[in-house]
Amino acid sequence: MAIYKLKEFKIKWGMVIDLDKCTGCGACMISCQAENNMAPMPDATDKLYSMTWMLVYRLSNGKPFPDHDIAYLPRPCVQCGNPNCVPVCPVIATTKDEEGGIVSQISPRCIGCRYCMAACPYRARYFNWHDPVWPQGMEKTLTPFTSTRPRGVVEKCHYCHHRFKAAKEKARYDGRDPNKLDEDDYTTACAQNCPTGAITFGDLMNPEHKVAKLAKSPYAFRLLERLGTDPQLYYMSKREWVRRQGDNYLEHEPTKGV
Amino acid sequence: MIDKEWLPEGVERCSFGKFMVWIGFLGVFVLLGVYASYVVWSTGLITTGLNNYFAFGLWIVFDLAVIALGAGAFFSGFLTYILRIDQLKNIINLAVIVGFVCYSGAMIILTLEVGQPLRAWFGYWHPNVHSMLTEVIFCITCYLIVLIIEFIPIILENRKLNKIRFLHHLAHNFHVYMPLFAGIGTFLSFFHQGSLGGMYGVLFSQPFAYREHFFIWPWTFFLFIASAIASGPAFTMLVATMMEKITGRKLVDFKTKALLGKIAGSLLCFYLFFKILDTWYWATDTLPKMGLTFSQLYNEVYGTWLLWFELGLCGVIPAIMLIVPKFRNQPGLLYLGAFLACVGVVVNRFVFTVQTLAHPVMPFDTWTVYVPAWTEWMTCIEVTAYCILIISLSYRYLPVFPQERKLNS
Ligand code: SF4
Ligand code: SF4
Repeated sequence: MAIYKLKEFKIKWGMVIDLDKCTGCGACMISCQAENNMAPMPDATDKLYSMTWMLVYRLSNGKPFPDHDIAYLPRPCVQCGNPNCVPVCPVIATTKDEEGGIVSQISPRCIGCRYCMAACPYRARYFNWHDPVWPQGMEKTLTPFTSTRPRGVVEKCHYCHHRFKAAKEKARYDGRDPNKLDEDDYTTACAQNCPTGAITFGDLMNPEHKVAKLAKSPYAFRLLERLGTDPQLYYMSKREWVRRQGDNYLEHEPTKGV
Repeated sequence: MIDKEWLPEGVERCSFGKFMVWIGFLGVFVLLGVYASYVVWSTGLITTGLNNYFAFGLWIVFDLAVIALGAGAFFSGFLTYILRIDQLKNIINLAVIVGFVCYSGAMIILTLEVGQPLRAWFGYWHPNVHSMLTEVIFCITCYLIVLIIEFIPIILENRKLNKIRFLHHLAHNFHVYMPLFAGIGTFLSFFHQGSLGGMYGVLFSQPFAYREHFFIWPWTFFLFIASAIASGPAFTMLVATMMEKITGRKLVDFKTKALLGKIAGSLLCFYLFFKILDTWYWATDTLPKMGLTFSQLYNEVYGTWLLWFELGLCGVIPAIMLIVPKFRNQPGLLYLGAFLACVGVVVNRFVFTVQTLAHPVMPFDTWTVYVPAWTEWMTCIEVTAYCILIISLSYRYLPVFPQERKLNS
């Protein structure tokens, strides 16, 4: 379906999130905000202007009690293999590159035209509506490895890219191949802090990494798969109704998986 | 009259005082808009109705609409200078001025809508050749330059300026090269009108906007061109008529207006044929492939009524009004037809912008509704006032309408 086919990478950092384990506690959202230097919002309840690279959605099977069931779906940028946001950006402020297939966002180059936001079906891109202001004392919590972004640019999850760089550097220092990182060398803040262990992170192309196996599970699915975005983020659920909410299924269509 | 010397020869204009009141009236809206722009630049886009769901809103709709309506300039230029339809010479000056104000107006709005206006030049410096928006940026900049070049000789035709020998010759030389600029303008315009449509059509993950493509161009590329060249001439004709109503003078003969109506009508038929085909294919093939049905793409607010309104009331009906000579030759119906055609193109740009974003693509997401804020309204009104201002000044001081003297004698 896509017009621009992008190349395949030898390393593809990806995630598998087990929705049957996720309790919707929001630890991933908070870790992401702290790790990536997000300023507190003037009004964090206003979801139309809040900044949350990682957002937890609440899914419902729509049935009345006692058959009612819910699931929580954490959504970072799904790091599309074939992202719609990349080809549309007029100034190459966002790219899909060799860095393990992570879709990067170059804040100093972004002109804030928001075309990429319109292109992303996952609403994973956020515009900086406010000047970032850290209340006195809170500046000390800033992560030194992540740049802060000004008002007027678009930003999004990039799988804590600074951690990837640090892991490569460490591997080099230790005399190992930085292109063959072990599973534990590099992980994202959300995956690290998830109390239920719902998020698994690793290289989808490396059969030794857990994600590579989990992504092949019969319960695994990806969001809006048929649009052709080819996400590097997989979800898992044994509940069929959850899997059905992963993509727009027409009534007669059978669910993917078992 | 203080400015008598500057008025075109042999025409009547209202008193200078009256004109100043009119300019002052428009000036108030321009100033209010300047204030709104100041608010946006100093406090950011948080002061608009845009939000995490609606990256684009009224401004983009306004930009796309004026650019489509301004297409009268390049298309009339193409018909006049390249296809040599001589009768259009009666309205070509106005078409150029309307084109100029529409494009420069769109540029003013563009400076507001980018989150980082000071970096806007990155569009030229770090261009992404894959982006339709890059194509738009380059084409509309170049085309605005072409429009300025086309506007200059009209300015130089001013009675007082034309007395200066150098300017007189310069204007003449510009005229000689006009077919060349008309050609360049046509080429550029075709591309950016198309790219504006392409901007939506390539959004392969937005089911409302996505379209199948021919080579790298989605259908919307061609449909936007067709709808712009259909409504542009109709809009130019309407502007001329409105000027006649306001000034109480005859400016363009009805024959020329009817000809523009005929051109608009034929193109509208051409456009609608493909647009209806496109909509049908999109609803029955593209959408099911994306796991959606036609009715899922509309809700209570952004309902199918928009589609019937756009394609029926503002599509098929004006097409009939403009194409059938019996209707077209009645001034009332001609104007109504042209007006509906223009509304149709605005609605088309609106749905592609707003409905595309309002529709939740993820099954568990919800519909959202966009309400523009006062800053957005005020700046759009400002630009409209600016456009009227330039047209008013041009009408008063420049020989815009070659037929004016004859028609009013
Ligand atoms: S908002 Fe920034 S990253 Fe997005 S398309 Fe525009 S310039 Fe590119
Ligand atoms: S999820 Fe959105 S932001 Fe992330 S790569 Fe895909 S289109 Fe781009």
